[in-house]
Amino acid sequence: MQHDVVFSGFGGQGVLFCGQLLAYAAMDSGLHVTWFPSYGPEMRGGTANCTLVVSDEEIGSPLVRHPSCAMAFNNPSAEKYEALTAPGGLLIYNASLVSHAVARPDIRAVPIHASEAAAELGNPRLLNMVMLGALLQLTGVLPVEAVERALDAHMSARRPELLALNKQALRRGMADVAG
Amino acid sequence: MTKQLLKGNEAIAEAAVRAGVDAYFGYPITPQTELLEYMSRRMPELGRVFVQAESELAAINMVYGAACAGRRAMSSSSSPGVSLMQEGLSYIAAAEVPIVLVDVMRGGPGLGNIAPSQADYFQMVKSAGHGDFKPLVLAPASVQEAVDMVALAFDLAEKYRTIVTILLDGVIGQMMEPVELPPMQPRRNQAPDWALTGAAGRPKNGIVPFRLYAEELEVYNQRLQDKLARIAANEVRYREYLLDDAELILVGFGTSGRIALTAVKQARKLGIKAGLLRPVTLWPFPERRLWQLADEARGFLVAEMNAGQMVEDVRLAVGGQAPVKFLGRLGGMVPMPDEILDAIKSLDKATRPVPIIGTIAGSVTPLRRRMSVN
Repeated sequence: MQHDVVFSGFGGQGVLFCGQLLAYAAMDSGLHVTWFPSYGPEMRGGTANCTLVVSDEEIGSPLVRHPSCAMAFNNPSAEKYEALTAPGGLLIYNASLVSHAVARPDIRAVPIHASEAAAELGNPRLLNMVMLGALLQLTGVLPVEAVERALDAHMSARRPELLALNKQALRRGMADVAG
Repeated sequence: MTKQLLKGNEAIAEAAVRAGVDAYFGYPITPQTELLEYMSRRMPELGRVFVQAESELAAINMVYGAACAGRRAMSSSSSPGVSLMQEGLSYIAAAEVPIVLVDVMRGGPGLGNIAPSQADYFQMVKSAGHGDFKPLVLAPASVQEAVDMVALAFDLAEKYRTIVTILLDGVIGQMMEPVELPPMQPRRNQAPDWALTGAAGRPKNGIVPFRLYAEELEVYNQRLQDKLARIAANEVRYREYLLDDAELILVGFGTSGRIALTAVKQARKLGIKAGLLRPVTLWPFPERRLWQLADEARGFLVAEMNAGQMVEDVRLAVGGQAPVKFLGRLGGMVPMPDEILDAIKSLDKATRPVPIIGTIAGSVTPLRRRMSVN
């Protein structure tokens, strides 16, 4: 079993954290995982991305040219990763911000109005958790409970109400792409 | 023991703390800065020494001073910063005091960029400073391996009174992986007997980085070379993957080594008998093992994030027994597994045995390899 996922969007959209949370959940589930971020000037207000590889065996390359799953948080990311997603792969894009018409017939492209869903939940910053929920639903990489446990175990409990909101957002993302 | 998800830079810093480092001196530079940042918080918390120096020159000379006083001292930097440290490294080598230096390589030459690179293999392995000396160079390919190397680095530095460097690139420095940290070791409470600790109640010690007379300096140099020969004889480390029946042998260190492993596994699925040798010590280099492997191999492929540096050592080790091909990416670009796989396929095709149609004047030598021009 191996999943490689690229998370890509604007700096500030919680893209890197989204990948990190899944990395924590994978580690706590006893899987091998690597998380590699873009770093340096790219992070300052421009694009942010990170590559996550989850596997049940030792991971060689932490970088992938053609990810099995791409998470596009904004329009430039959707354009870039439509081209790069592996044939038969999955592209999940934030339809609230993506105007680009995804056309490749050999990948599965799934829109989710994640920014609107986050706003409806009362905090636009929940966007990344809505996106992550969609990923969990569509790939089955890990059960949502594993991600929820990772939130409890690794995130600061200073604002417990935020933890609850994050969990709600995960479930909302799952529901929005289910069925 | 539970695992933690840590960035390479931070994991190395915590591993150094747990290995009992007494003093850290450094200067910020991407992609190494998290190491210094972590130390700036952690060392004072434990009542140990942290100094952000005014430059890399100052930092390495502070390391030199602390090491002369018998303390476990270290620094870390990235390529341009290491260039600035080279004078100090040479003095430290001459003084034969143990230090550990972490170099998280980035794109060069010059200011280059902050992307991951392996372009400083030559700098660290062949010419870490002026004069005849070599640091012992460790090259981790994962965050866990980097962590495990830190205590080893201090132990080897002290065993041989030498410089040990941990040479990695921005990928390992910036990547997060699950790691198991070693338990906290107590700090050494007694300085080694050669250290400069004030000479109360004992004869004076002296540490100097010079010998004014050529006769004297030659004797000193010979002793230094004898020590390096002992290191070369005893401290070679490498890891082998799928080499038992391998006909094509990949060689890569650090990040390019682990990426090559992915390509090797893909090649195996295509029925190509590829394997990987990943040097863990870059100096001393696993030359004897490569020489042995060359006896059976059809060909070698070296993958690096530079224009071809370690490949020279592979060619020396192989000694012309088999072709040695090279694949390199430059300027902070990282090779992808499919590029390496393509190069494996080309090597496979170029070195495939040619069936023997007849024999020439009774010769029955199997034409198993070296059928193509390198």
